[in-house]
Amino acid sequence: MTPTSPKGLGPLLIQNRKPILERWLHLILETYPVDTAPLLKKEKDPFLNPVRSTIAREIEILFEELLHDMNGERLSTSLSSILKIRSVQDFPPSEAAGIALLLKKAVQEILETDPQKETDYEEWARFHVKVDALALRAFDIYMECREKICEIKVNKALAEKEMAFKMLERVGFRKEKSHRGKDSDG
Amino acid sequence: MANKNSLYSIVAVVFLLLILLVGVQGLGWYLLFGVLIPYVAVVFFIVGFVYQVLRWASSPVPFHIPTVCGQQKSLPWIKADKMDSPQTTGGVVARLALDILFFRPLLKNDRIELQEPQKLLFKTSTYLWLGALAFHWSCLIILLRHSRFFLEPVPSVVLWLQWFDGIFQGLLPILYATDLIILLALSYLFIRRVVYPQIRYISLPSDYFVPLLILGIVVSGILMRLVYRVDLMQVKAWVMSMLSFHPTLPKGVNLLFYIHLFFVCLLIAYFPLSKLMHMPGIFLSPTRNLRNVSRSERHINPWDRPVKVHTYQEYEDEFREAMKEVGLPLEKD
Amino acid sequence: MTEEALKGNALKIDHTTPDRGWMDPAVEFRKGTYCYPASVKHMNYLGLPNPREWQPYDQDWKLPKNWKSILLEGMKDRLKRYRSYKLFLDICVRCGACADKCHFFIGSGDPKNMPVLRTELLRSIYRRYFTLSGKIFGKLTGARELTEDVVKEWFYYFYQCTECRRCSVFCPYGIDTCEMTMMARELLSLIGCNINWIVEPASNCFRTGNHLGVPPHAFKSTVDFAIDEIKEITGIEISVPINRKGAEILFISPSADYFGNPHWYTFLGYLMLFHEIGLDYTWSTYASEGGNFGLFHSADLAKRLNAKIYSEAKRLGVKWILGGECGHMWRVLHQYMDTLNGPADFLMEPVSPVTGTHFENAKSTKMVHICEFTADLIQNKKLRLDPSRNKKWKVTYHDSCNTSRGMGFFEEPRYILKQVCQEFYEMPENTIRERTFCCGSGAGLGADENMEMRLRGGLPRANAVRYVQQQYGVNLLTCICAIDKASFPPLLEYWAPGVEVAGIHELVGNALVMKGEKERIADLRGEPFEQKEENGHV
Repeated sequence: MTPTSPKGLGPLLIQNRKPILERWLHLILETYPVDTAPLLKKEKDPFLNPVRSTIAREIEILFEELLHDMNGERLSTSLSSILKIRSVQDFPPSEAAGIALLLKKAVQEILETDPQKETDYEEWARFHVKVDALALRAFDIYMECREKICEIKVNKALAEKEMAFKMLERVGFRKEKSHRGKDSDG
Repeated sequence: MANKNSLYSIVAVVFLLLILLVGVQGLGWYLLFGVLIPYVAVVFFIVGFVYQVLRWASSPVPFHIPTVCGQQKSLPWIKADKMDSPQTTGGVVARLALDILFFRPLLKNDRIELQEPQKLLFKTSTYLWLGALAFHWSCLIILLRHSRFFLEPVPSVVLWLQWFDGIFQGLLPILYATDLIILLALSYLFIRRVVYPQIRYISLPSDYFVPLLILGIVVSGILMRLVYRVDLMQVKAWVMSMLSFHPTLPKGVNLLFYIHLFFVCLLIAYFPLSKLMHMPGIFLSPTRNLRNVSRSERHINPWDRPVKVHTYQEYEDEFREAMKEVGLPLEKD
Repeated sequence: MTEEALKGNALKIDHTTPDRGWMDPAVEFRKGTYCYPASVKHMNYLGLPNPREWQPYDQDWKLPKNWKSILLEGMKDRLKRYRSYKLFLDICVRCGACADKCHFFIGSGDPKNMPVLRTELLRSIYRRYFTLSGKIFGKLTGARELTEDVVKEWFYYFYQCTECRRCSVFCPYGIDTCEMTMMARELLSLIGCNINWIVEPASNCFRTGNHLGVPPHAFKSTVDFAIDEIKEITGIEISVPINRKGAEILFISPSADYFGNPHWYTFLGYLMLFHEIGLDYTWSTYASEGGNFGLFHSADLAKRLNAKIYSEAKRLGVKWILGGECGHMWRVLHQYMDTLNGPADFLMEPVSPVTGTHFENAKSTKMVHICEFTADLIQNKKLRLDPSRNKKWKVTYHDSCNTSRGMGFFEEPRYILKQVCQEFYEMPENTIRERTFCCGSGAGLGADENMEMRLRGGLPRANAVRYVQQQYGVNLLTCICAIDKASFPPLLEYWAPGVEVAGIHELVGNALVMKGEKERIADLRGEPFEQKEENGHV
């Protein structure tokens, strides 16, 4: 979408892809309690530590898309995988959805030490706009997840109501016989 | 707070060391440290150990709760797991033996790594297992080696063990392999507690205290062999005198010997009060020492007591009309 | 106001929690992560102590005046009665092997969900009041005072353990957090801190015979409804005996089977199977519940509810008992029932009337699992099965915690599955069998208000399901646990949309070729079979 000059930020980001991603992952995992973050970072088994493996896998895709054409669908899918997890954990919304903004910090920290870095204001601004867009999208998706949880809760409540009705119905045709009023707790 | 826990323990161990230095070097209380404290410690150990085990044993196992880790015995054509779902005492013994001698549960930590294209690769995380195994086995061998001080004549097994343990002495004179291993293992287990935050989080001061104490014992022991040697025949004479209840003071020994002895006394006196009691405890663990036969043999709960139940009569009394209406059979019309 | 908001830093992304030890109790009861306390009505019905109205987020929990002595007396009493309790409090060396084994820890990252720490919440009090070293050395040996905050912490974290026993598999001493949770819950119950999702079903069960509170006439009409549905599907009119004296076998299943969804299809499966083999059996309305929420509350309540099974078997004069698909029900039946309410010397050693197989493994309790029974039927070729009727399903199997680590029940259900469906795929090895991950809603935590906690706890399991879904196109998770069947649909809707949930006997019911049945056009869910779509639409 945005053509990058050969010496500019784009190539630097590609060149430093690995350390940036590592740093980003590190920063995200640091949002977990201080006593558990190291464990979450260490355990690489995707089945024993789905939190780390999901985040590690998906931020790679996010980063790729940020560098290239910001494919809305891929971004959404990736964000959704991460935010599904974070929206049920003990985070306030800002922190749960704020993972995109941590990328800014990661990039800054990594490129700070890069001797080739150039301060091309315009490119930085463009990059920031992209990350901001990602952050906003993340918030949308966070809300989708929360709504999904509500929907599940509502559906469960409805199913329970239906079950109660079913129960009433099944004792209902002899309602006139039950004087004890005991069916109310069905 | 969690970070301070290791510090507390270091301070405690240093403090204890100072007590000894002052006591032996400064005040010359040889009788206290060479005779009285060892006797007291041994009494503490034996009484405490027996008391603790009896205390556990005095509580019954009301329910049959083995943790089953293998296929149950059901239909004859389904192969049952004789050890992880033990049906016989032999199976339980085998299971416990492997758990105790080889720490098998720690080996269940399979790790999976995803490999392209989507192939699962199994790895076993073995550090804790290896560290624990190395530590406990060298402990055992070192203890057995020490039995030569207590037994006259020294059994050939012990001599053989000693020879075997010293097989690398060609490379490093007079250093037993187990001494080296226990040092490494202990350091690993200690450092693990300090370095891994999640382990540090769950660790108490006493969790650092015990390995430090053992470290003190090991280091003083090694130094006595390598640098400041003591007269082993005299040590044995002292042990024998203690055992025959005609105590004498040890001769031909130095301060290191007293440090070694004092720390050993502390350790065994503390043993019954501490988590070190996991040693006898595992034998009593109801999730490990029971057979998975609770449907074919009845387990009795000694304190079983009557409870208030809702009888069929009460039930029918409440619902009789409705049951009659839909034609359900009744006891009483 | 605005200033405050600015100070509060709307997007605080450098969050780190202060480095504080676990010994300072502090719990925040956030909506979605705890269960509602038990209602006074149901506590009274069961005669439980100290009923009152309160909420976990209240500052004042209205604990009885002498709550502290009640708890300490309760601990003392239980230390005397349970070796597991005493021993497991004493021998933990805090090696950390269990630290990352709990599904709630994996899903939440909350350090107090590490099994060792969960138990340490109890252990610290034990040390302070019951051990010499704790009394002398205090905090240095991990002892702490019993305060109201500790009680709150207990309530939060011991109702955040599903008693799945996964940690016990990895512990070098077999320390079982389930035992600790059971003790803590009993203690909490003494001071009137229960959750409603356990006490209400237990009270229902005490009165009506089942957790859902289905009265006998509703049970009957439910069964009639099932008979109609089976007739519609197979064209066969079956009969279902209820409370019939003199039957050979008493059949008991969790009440969700005949009132819940997707349990219902498993229920149809049972009825079809029993009809097909001409089983001489009966249901009971008095003992219309196999599950036992008493187990999640206290040993006494477990016994009170469980007593109905043997007493009803005796009243009806059956020879032995067959049990349906359920997880914790089978923990009780396998490991507790004979002890609690045995000996069942009025029953006979179970023998399959169809194959003559003696179920020697159940010769004392006299109670056989339906999967053992069905696997035996299939192995003896007594059933005609058409697995192609399940061909739309790519199936995986979830080992329920209780049948796995409580019984060692691994091969029976897998054998049946492989006979009744065409495609079966296992989830990764370290997430099944004795190392299976809990659904996150067991042990009475399946309340709707607890949904976020359940989603966290279910993440490790759902993540493995998601893997086989992406890898093999698995679209059906089978299980033999009523709580699983209730908790997985919302869980998978969130984590792995597109995977449905079914019991094993639903698939058996689908595949079962019954004598005299009409050509089936739809499965038990009423969904038309693929190949007949064009002529089979109703």
